[in-house]
Amino acid sequence: MARIAGIDIPKQKRGVIALTYIFGIGRSRAKEILAKAEVSEDTKVSDWDDDEIGRIRTQASSYTIEGELRSETQLNIKRLMDIGCYRGIRHRSGLPLRGQRTKNNSRTRKGKRKTVANKKKATK
Amino acid sequence: MARSLKKGPYVHYSLEKKIQQTAASGKKSVIKTWSRASMITPDFVGLTIAVHNGRQFVPVFITENMVGHKLGEFSPTRSFRGHAGARNKGKK
Repeated sequence: MARIAGIDIPKQKRGVIALTYIFGIGRSRAKEILAKAEVSEDTKVSDWDDDEIGRIRTQASSYTIEGELRSETQLNIKRLMDIGCYRGIRHRSGLPLRGQRTKNNSRTRKGKRKTVANKKKATK
Repeated sequence: MARSLKKGPYVHYSLEKKIQQTAASGKKSVIKTWSRASMITPDFVGLTIAVHNGRQFVPVFITENMVGHKLGEFSPTRSFRGHAGARNKGKK
């Protein structure tokens, strides 16, 4: 059991992999952290001793991660919406921002398909 | 791809001239422009610029947050009013 960056408890996995469970830490950052903390990438989280955990914690806290990172991105989005620029408008209406097509696809932004009842059939 | 730093931000020359004129005179007159690609520089802050959207000039009041964006981003060229029938469905 290791608590790093607040609530995250990565499981019985290799160090590099376990660290990526933290929001804001991917493979490359996990590697960096472990290298700086001088912990082998291959040791399981359960095999870390308290000293190693302490070093990993201090290394991890040098990045903006978890809640802090989440609020930062939210603030960036809010800024776009407040100034009323094109990207902000797209954020508000829940559509893709970067000029992708919206005739089909872009379901990630638009959410589940909303079927329109009594839609006329094309070319009768 | 980002613009080369060597060149600096793009501002249309005639718009730049007008910005400097209004800044010098201290008057707050609306500046009309078609130059949607011009970047908003810190000199613009506090001015109102009417940006053409292909049909009309949309007045945009420049705040500090807008620096670094292009003028066209604040003057939408399309107006989507919703799909036909969407309104009827909402009433029911």
